[in-house]
Amino acid sequence: MLNTPVTETQITHANRLWLYAVVTLVTIFLVVPCILVVPMSFSASEYLEFPPSELSLRWYRAFLGSPEWLGALWTSIKVAVPVTFIATALGTAAAWGLHRRFGLLFTLSRSLYMLPMLVPLILIAVGVFFVYARLGINGTIGGLIAAHTMLALPFVLIAVGNGLTSFDMNQHQVSRSLGASEFVAFFTVTLPQIRISVLSGAVFAFVTSFDEVVVALYISSGKNETLTRRMFSNIRDQVDPTVAAISSLLVSVVIIGMVLFLLLRKEEA
Amino acid sequence: MIAETSLSVTPRRSPRRPLNAQTLRVQARRERLGRIGLTLPGSILICVVLLIPVGWLFYLSAFDAAGNLTWANYERLGRSLYLRSFFTTFRVAGIVTLLTVLMGYPVAYMMSHARPRMATVILVAVMLPFWTSVLVRTYAWLVLLQRTGLVNGWLQSLGLTNEPLALVHNELGTIIGMTHVMLPFLILPLYASMKAVDPALMKAAANCGATPAQAFRQVYFPQTIAGLGAGAGLVFVLCLGFFVTPVLLGGGRVYMWAMQIGDNISLYGNWGSASALGVVLVLATGLVLFAIRILLKLAGGPR
Amino acid sequence: MDGQVAIREVQKNYGSFKALDGVSLDIEPGEFVTLLGPSGSGKTTLLNVLAGFTRPDSGSVKMDGVEFLTLPPHKRDLGMVFQSYALFPHMSVLKNVGYPLKLRKVAKGEIDRRARAALDVVKMGHLADRDIGALSGGQRQRVALARAMVFEPKILLMDEPLSALDKNLREHMQIELKRLHDQLGTTTVYVTHDQREALTMSDRIAVINNGTLVQYDTPSRLYDHPVNRFVAEFIGESGFLPVEVREGRLTLFGEPVVSRDPWRGDTRAWMLVRPEKLAWREPEGPANRVDATVCEAIYQGDSFLLDLVLPDGGTIDVRCNPHTANIAIPSSGDKISFWISRDNTVLVEGEA
Repeated sequence: MLNTPVTETQITHANRLWLYAVVTLVTIFLVVPCILVVPMSFSASEYLEFPPSELSLRWYRAFLGSPEWLGALWTSIKVAVPVTFIATALGTAAAWGLHRRFGLLFTLSRSLYMLPMLVPLILIAVGVFFVYARLGINGTIGGLIAAHTMLALPFVLIAVGNGLTSFDMNQHQVSRSLGASEFVAFFTVTLPQIRISVLSGAVFAFVTSFDEVVVALYISSGKNETLTRRMFSNIRDQVDPTVAAISSLLVSVVIIGMVLFLLLRKEEA
Repeated sequence: MIAETSLSVTPRRSPRRPLNAQTLRVQARRERLGRIGLTLPGSILICVVLLIPVGWLFYLSAFDAAGNLTWANYERLGRSLYLRSFFTTFRVAGIVTLLTVLMGYPVAYMMSHARPRMATVILVAVMLPFWTSVLVRTYAWLVLLQRTGLVNGWLQSLGLTNEPLALVHNELGTIIGMTHVMLPFLILPLYASMKAVDPALMKAAANCGATPAQAFRQVYFPQTIAGLGAGAGLVFVLCLGFFVTPVLLGGGRVYMWAMQIGDNISLYGNWGSASALGVVLVLATGLVLFAIRILLKLAGGPR
Repeated sequence: MDGQVAIREVQKNYGSFKALDGVSLDIEPGEFVTLLGPSGSGKTTLLNVLAGFTRPDSGSVKMDGVEFLTLPPHKRDLGMVFQSYALFPHMSVLKNVGYPLKLRKVAKGEIDRRARAALDVVKMGHLADRDIGALSGGQRQRVALARAMVFEPKILLMDEPLSALDKNLREHMQIELKRLHDQLGTTTVYVTHDQREALTMSDRIAVINNGTLVQYDTPSRLYDHPVNRFVAEFIGESGFLPVEVREGRLTLFGEPVVSRDPWRGDTRAWMLVRPEKLAWREPEGPANRVDATVCEAIYQGDSFLLDLVLPDGGTIDVRCNPHTANIAIPSSGDKISFWISRDNTVLVEGEA
């Protein structure tokens, strides 16, 4: 099963059975919780059970028929989409600005961009809540967009930065020497070639915002409550199978996304 | 076409000022400013929604309502309530980090050495939880581990227990859920560092007379320490400030720092002590990250 | 004709390292000049300064009398061919070649016409619609060349453009590049570390080492009259014999040296040994004679490489073809002598 030519004379598969067993168990541990919610969400009973004794779409109807749940979903989308665009633009600009630049100013800037990933979320949440309260913008979409964009920046910076590292800077230079200004060269030569990295940065930004719980818990409320916040309070206070239906939908989106990615990768290879 | 051959062997040094030096310096500076300018919009955003708010909390932790410097908030952290949550936090973070290392290393190893198809299968198994919302996964564990849940059902039908075990709403459940959340964060950097190990090294070790176990211990493992350290450090730091899973799976019995900060504010409106706790949390996080850097440097680091 | 370049006192330091230390150089219109030097000598830095990718600390580069150094790269109007070709993978061959014209706001139909014409010049017209990924190394090279010249720049810059090709193709492309240069008459600055390539293609060669210009001359003068040991060693096959200098008198292993050029140096000199310029039988007229012992004779097909021990105990490797030299095939331990005639005697200074 393992592809290590040197050891096939020394180690047999039988020697490695324990490794295969451990990896299989951990893999099951990783995957099962993500998938099991799907069959459970089709249960007809008031309580969650597996396997479901009777199948129904009851909890999907409960989700789709609830203006509160749909409103929360809509809020999450209204926040995550602008965050995706703004964070991708700002993060890409910063990645280009920092690429192959050294010196105190650039090092400081790089560290600043990593902070949102390193400072504990609860602290950011509490601090932003405090400042937003002074400004009177708690519970607004704009406030949430600003906070989530900030949280997404390091991920975009890392994704685009990786893309730039493997990008051949001669491409940019040759374009300059052929008559393109810095701006034109970036948009006609550099950006088209790092588009996959920019796209993955954008996906990270979207997911960062859409899945974010802690900050949303503090600064989103009322009619501008996000889906994650509503799910959080729902799970904490009562185990309501509606959450299983929503979770199944979210897992399905992830699985579809991953399948598409694998197919795309196969196509390119 | 060639008029004459000039033999300019020694560089001619003119006593005049260097040509264009001033203009070139100005241009270089302008270019640097242009580049740093590109990073400004994001930097300003981070300052406004991160540095100022967190800085304000730092201020609140050290000054009372009248604006006088006070250590009262920090002195309060010595109380048993805070000390208990301090130990709980570090204990849970330590156990979870250890578990992710023990579970993650074989997976990353297999992933980086398996044939492409098998590697893809394992990669999918790691990426699926990575991309799935923490809430969804925590919820799934809640359902799996509850008294009437799937795990208890299996344990009873296998005859391992007679009555349902308390697997959730306690530290055990919290640790299981957090380990699941954190595993990808350990596996992915570790996998990257394993991919970078030159396969010829293991052949060379075998050629020098090392048994597979020796080759692994003396040649392979040292080269993956950097990736392992980076992953474990990330996991530990994320655990210290983790909020969602302990709240939902701990059932109020596992009181971690992040929850205490939250409660101090939403239940008691006590900004001062919440902030002091936050400052200590940030310092602990920074200290752990710093310690890992030093340790990795001592261990030789990534080459 | 346009395309005259005057480089003056270009200085570029990286910390305490002097990448370029006051380089001055004149390039005549239409000339093919090669910057030749070992890696790290500063030749590529100088090319990047010309292209505008590296900003020097000071200096001046004038093209046809106009200051050039302070212009951004895209306003310099010069074509550049990179070692890696740097063709844009997201564009077709035709789009690549048309790119500089598009930037210059040339009309659509005109872009196509001129791009195809440029591709025809490099014999790539039939592959205009291919993807870059579908081209071989040599084809990419031609496309890169077409792209660099399609907008009729005043200067062409080439950074080791042939180094990624295999030997046969490289030699073929050298001749083709030279023919193209004769045809277009564009001033060309070419960077290479391959001295044979430089000798083949250039009107003049600038030998660069440690960030300074060591010698700037035609290929034949560089070969026959190197200014120092570095140049002599770098260009062509060479060996060196130690010459003692005492009060203006030169001696080689105790014998007085005969040479045409007077020696102005005062320390130590080296006599240049080129395999094709020495005789294995005593020539007519004055010559410097060297007696040696064969340590080893290594068979190399068309010739032998002789590892010789000199009278002072030093060693030297000399190539020898026994058939043209009209001598017996040497073997280890043989005593052997060779002569360098007065006209062929070249003395250089420099460190061993």
